[in-house]
Amino acid sequence: MNVDAIVIENIIVMVLLTLLIVVAVGIIMLNDLLTAVILSGLYSLLSATVFVAMDAVDVALTEAAVGAGISTIILLGTLSFTKRIQKPQEHNNYVALVIVCITGGALIYGTLDLPSYGDPNSPANSNPQLAQHYLTESKKEIDIPNVVTSVLASYRGYDTLGETAVVFTAGIGVLSLLGLRRRRRKEDPLLTEKQQRKQQNEDN
Amino acid sequence: MVEWLALYNDWAVIVIMMAGFYIMIARYNLVKKIIGLSIFQTGIFYFYVGLGKVENGTAPIFLEPKVIDDSTTNIAAGAVEQTIIYSNPLPHVLILTAIVVGVATMALGLALIVRIYEKYGSIEEDDIQAIDNKFICQLDDKK
Repeated sequence: MNVDAIVIENIIVMVLLTLLIVVAVGIIMLNDLLTAVILSGLYSLLSATVFVAMDAVDVALTEAAVGAGISTIILLGTLSFTKRIQKPQEHNNYVALVIVCITGGALIYGTLDLPSYGDPNSPANSNPQLAQHYLTESKKEIDIPNVVTSVLASYRGYDTLGETAVVFTAGIGVLSLLGLRRRRRKEDPLLTEKQQRKQQNEDN
Repeated sequence: MVEWLALYNDWAVIVIMMAGFYIMIARYNLVKKIIGLSIFQTGIFYFYVGLGKVENGTAPIFLEPKVIDDSTTNIAAGAVEQTIIYSNPLPHVLILTAIVVGVATMALGLALIVRIYEKYGSIEEDDIQAIDNKFICQLDDKK
């Protein structure tokens, strides 16, 4: 690969990130939640493409399966239980806009010290005990051709175990919130009058 | 490459993160807030994975080094062993974990939203607060 190839690669990543900004702004503007959910599926698919362009193929596979697949499905499931249209907000929230601009400005100020994109000598990429060790020694130590797999399952196996514990806990949480649904809605003081009438009609 | 172009990716990532942040604090709809949360998360993912990218690099999966037969330069041995540059695998591993945990968080949040809708009949934050205030007033009247 020569310099032109590097430039083209960088341009691809830039264009994809710009597209992601456009999709995110679209999600802000939309009042129809179903369209917003479908746009977020498109967003996940685009981000999988960004990850391929950034050489993170394993992350791209996970994002395409989990981000574009599972999370879109559970969002659609939630919409089927709740409402599809968001209540329109008549006023814009200028306080929020100011907070967001200040935070973004501070973060952009922070990026000025960062190594440029693709720098092989940056601390993260040249550390002899982390990245370089995994790339040079894992063939001998673990003997798996995919370095990401050997780091995930062997060097950082406890991380993955912790992740499994988190997913298990979240699963228990979802089951206890939805799976064992209580049917004692009548004595519920928090219900609105309209709902109470509706339930009385159902009971009759 | 020009200095500001080298930082364009970081800035785009920050804009994406701030878009998610704005959805989270300015929109009252709870499902919209969860979508904003996931947009904010993906911004962080691009930042991490972008840090691990190495120029001219390829995905960190070992290849057999290619032996190039370079007849034009006529090196004595006739063959040059090409070194392969790999991108940094460590950010990829961290982000793999983060994606899965992010979806678990999202599922839990959405389950909470479904329960809130069953109780309150609304998923708008201001409506829920109004119903709460009404309920507290009723309790005070009973006393």
